[in-house]
Amino acid sequence: MAEVKLRKIIKRYDEVEAVRGIDLDIADHEFVVLVGPSGCGKSTTLRMIAGLEDISGGEILIGGDVVNDVPPKDRDIAMVFQNYALYPHMTVFQNMSFGLRLKRYPKAEIKKRVDEAARILDIKELLDRKPKALSGGQRQRVAMGRAIVRNPKVFLFDEPLSNLDAKLRVQMRTEIKKVHQQVRTTTVYVTHDQVEAMTLADRVVVMNNGIIEQVGTPQELYHSPKTRFVAGFIGSPAMNFIPCRMEANGDSLSVRLNDGLVFPVPAERVARYRGHTQNGKLLLGLRPEHITEAHAHLAPGEIPFEARLEVTEPMGMETLVYFPLNGTQVCGRVNPNAGARDGAPLRLAADLNNMHLIDEASGRVI
Amino acid sequence: MTDAALTAPKKHAANPRYGSMSRDRTWALRWSYFFLILFAIFFLLPPIYMLITSLKTSAEISAARNPWWVFNPTLENYRELLTSPQYLGYFRNSAIVSVVVVVITMLISVPAAFALSRMKFWGSSTLATGVFLTYLIPETLLFLPLFKMFALFNEWTGIQLINRWWVLLILYPTLTVPFCTWIMIGYFASIPKELDEAALIDGAGWMQTLTKIFIPVALPGLIAATIFAFTVSWAQFLYPLAFTTSTEQLVLPVGIITSLIKGDVFNWGQIMTGALLGAAPPLIIYAFLMDYYISGLTAGATKG
Amino acid sequence: MVDAVLQGVQTPGATRKRSSLRRTMQRKSTVAFLMALPLILMIAFLVIYPALYSLHLATLNKSMERFVGFGNFLFLFKRETFWKVVEQSCIFALTAVFFKAIIGFTVAHFVHNVPNDRQRKWRGMLLVPWVIPPAMSCLAWLWLFDPSYSAFNWVLGIFNIGPVPWTGDAFWARFSVILVNIWIGAPFFMIMYLAALKSVPDQLYEAAAIDGANWWQRIWYITLPMMRNIIAITALFSLIVTFANFDIVQILTQGGPIDLTHVFATWSFTLGIQGNDIPLGAAVSLFMVPILTVAAVFILRDITRRGNES
Repeated sequence: MAEVKLRKIIKRYDEVEAVRGIDLDIADHEFVVLVGPSGCGKSTTLRMIAGLEDISGGEILIGGDVVNDVPPKDRDIAMVFQNYALYPHMTVFQNMSFGLRLKRYPKAEIKKRVDEAARILDIKELLDRKPKALSGGQRQRVAMGRAIVRNPKVFLFDEPLSNLDAKLRVQMRTEIKKVHQQVRTTTVYVTHDQVEAMTLADRVVVMNNGIIEQVGTPQELYHSPKTRFVAGFIGSPAMNFIPCRMEANGDSLSVRLNDGLVFPVPAERVARYRGHTQNGKLLLGLRPEHITEAHAHLAPGEIPFEARLEVTEPMGMETLVYFPLNGTQVCGRVNPNAGARDGAPLRLAADLNNMHLIDEASGRVI
Repeated sequence: MTDAALTAPKKHAANPRYGSMSRDRTWALRWSYFFLILFAIFFLLPPIYMLITSLKTSAEISAARNPWWVFNPTLENYRELLTSPQYLGYFRNSAIVSVVVVVITMLISVPAAFALSRMKFWGSSTLATGVFLTYLIPETLLFLPLFKMFALFNEWTGIQLINRWWVLLILYPTLTVPFCTWIMIGYFASIPKELDEAALIDGAGWMQTLTKIFIPVALPGLIAATIFAFTVSWAQFLYPLAFTTSTEQLVLPVGIITSLIKGDVFNWGQIMTGALLGAAPPLIIYAFLMDYYISGLTAGATKG
Repeated sequence: MVDAVLQGVQTPGATRKRSSLRRTMQRKSTVAFLMALPLILMIAFLVIYPALYSLHLATLNKSMERFVGFGNFLFLFKRETFWKVVEQSCIFALTAVFFKAIIGFTVAHFVHNVPNDRQRKWRGMLLVPWVIPPAMSCLAWLWLFDPSYSAFNWVLGIFNIGPVPWTGDAFWARFSVILVNIWIGAPFFMIMYLAALKSVPDQLYEAAAIDGANWWQRIWYITLPMMRNIIAITALFSLIVTFANFDIVQILTQGGPIDLTHVFATWSFTLGIQGNDIPLGAAVSLFMVPILTVAAVFILRDITRRGNES
């Protein structure tokens, strides 16, 4: 077991910089998820940790040793690939034991380890089968088993669930979490799916354009995103961004959404936003769950307003409503019994206690 | 213009379509069988005629009776050839040459294909294209300069290459290696990259990746390439005709033609028997490994 | 319980000393080069060098002692036989490839029509001419064409036709070598087209049938465009092989009667090996190069284009 440290990691392909100087400390036993849109450099980072890609600049340390020039097999890592990469001509047992056999472990030791991993993953009865005879979920388990038997310092997962259907993906997600709780190996996990990132990670690393946007626990990322990108990337449906201006009236502040809609800023936030009254390019960030139907008794910070709904999407436990506001489409989540209908007006309430204010020019959350 | 063709007959045909659809199919099927039988007769006629003739005595052949029927079937031709040291010698030469060429071909082309498809080095993509172009160069363009080269080689070193059966071991790989390398590149390229990365992480070196992962996974391709190399070596006619002359150095195709045809005396019963026996090894391989044979055949143009 | 596993043997790899990745990469390309080296040597010494050497040979006199420049070529241009060979080579290759393509396509279509479980059997039967070594099957044809015992003429005799001088007369000899070439090569086209036919999705035909296309329109508007690539590349491959063909003519007619069925390959063999004039033979064989180059360029273009698409 070991911690992983990235120091100013850079990856250059010819002229293009795919990874532009990343610093990251991953603690022992920690489960870290790298998440971001495709092409953000997350897979490249993982492959550099694995040793499958050359490192153009910076240092990678595994367990305190710089591994930049160590070939993958000597880095003591195990990797689970998106398409599982099971050897099609070997049985499950042979697949899982291949690495150990190459290293000439004693037969009894190999068998013990494979049996243990098979027990953890509940694939004991599959050991004699070939990958072709396995379902997607079973192949996924075998791929994980191959990683577990190696007993490596670090597990690397490269979008391991992308090839599974939605239902199986949720199931395997829990499975991966359970396995990690048992083996406690330091894990770096790459995905483009923010739900996967939120549910699995001890800490999530949001990447974009080859840099890290923010590192934090799922809760931190959700409630206090530091950049517009993170705010928009985490959470589904995504956060609404509405152009606005900050207006001072005496000691209090209010957010003006151009078409006559003005929301007073809650008192505890006034100090934080006071300096931005001159900024003409601000965005009000509000998650859909903070735009709900207006109740008779509004809590402090909840501001009622009228909206004409364009589209409603009943989801069962809630209804998503979409309406135009200040030139953008805004999404809210209302109670299914609130009477939301396509084309009809509805009285909504915005919960400004959970508002975010974003400087459009820098993309940072104020 | 497509539209005009497609829309015009639609209205009238709309109603009776349903009933006629299956009738159309039945007729299409009947016609297909009819023509397939005609083509099968055309395609199978020569080998069948070989078999018919091989079962006849010389007397029956020279009697101008119905040539398509065997009146007094006999295995005399087979017995004679299979006890003739000369014919068995051709057969042995052919077998040794073909098997050794297969081995040489695989030893050259499999590692090369692996290197070209997975371990890029300077000029590797040019080389891959070059391999393909080499495959397109026919032997009829090379046999004369090679003949002269080998003659000069003899003058310089005193080693006689011409009129030795094993010279074919040098010549045949020029026909088999490029194609085999090319289709193996195709088969190797279809193996997902993650598989060798997984092997790399599991601690396999390049050689282990090749022998423990690539060769077993691409085994169908390897079989197809082997079949190709064998059949090409077995069937090659120009090189042995040009490079070997003494009876004991000949391989089967040339042996039959030069020794069984003596002047103007054609012993057709024996020639057909010899040809049929000579065609047997490729036909047997084909009968048992048809799918591999065909996949190798189509791979050349569709892979890569 | 897991700890039991974890406390097992320490991985030996971890203790091994590091080596420079850069050096490994360099080693990787060195290893790769070494693996490809036998191939490179073989191509260099047994293909490229002889190909260039034949250029040199073609400029020597018969005893190969004197440089005669284009002498051999000028000599060839003045010989009537040479122009006959050019003509016959082109007729031979183009006619044979054309009919191979037509017959191959037709047969592939019929096989494709047959229910799936029987296709294997038909396909297996129809490919037999391709599998038999050409030298062997040409002997069978030679026997079928025999001047006095031709089994074909016996059949035609029943209808009071013939006897046809299959290999004795200029026209019939040319017809015969082309016929045998088609017989050998058509099955290859059939296999290639059959594979291509199978790759056309059924939905396209169903969509076309719904749009009201008849079978001929389905072939013209769907099958042929979808198969255009494979048709072209198969024809080009076959053109190269047919143009350079040696076995068929050598065994059936040996170029006769009076050199009328000679193609470049057989004539260069006759001149070079049998006539012992290697430079002249090499000069003749070099005339295959232009047409081979054109075909090769088209094939290569197609292959690199497909490489770029994928």
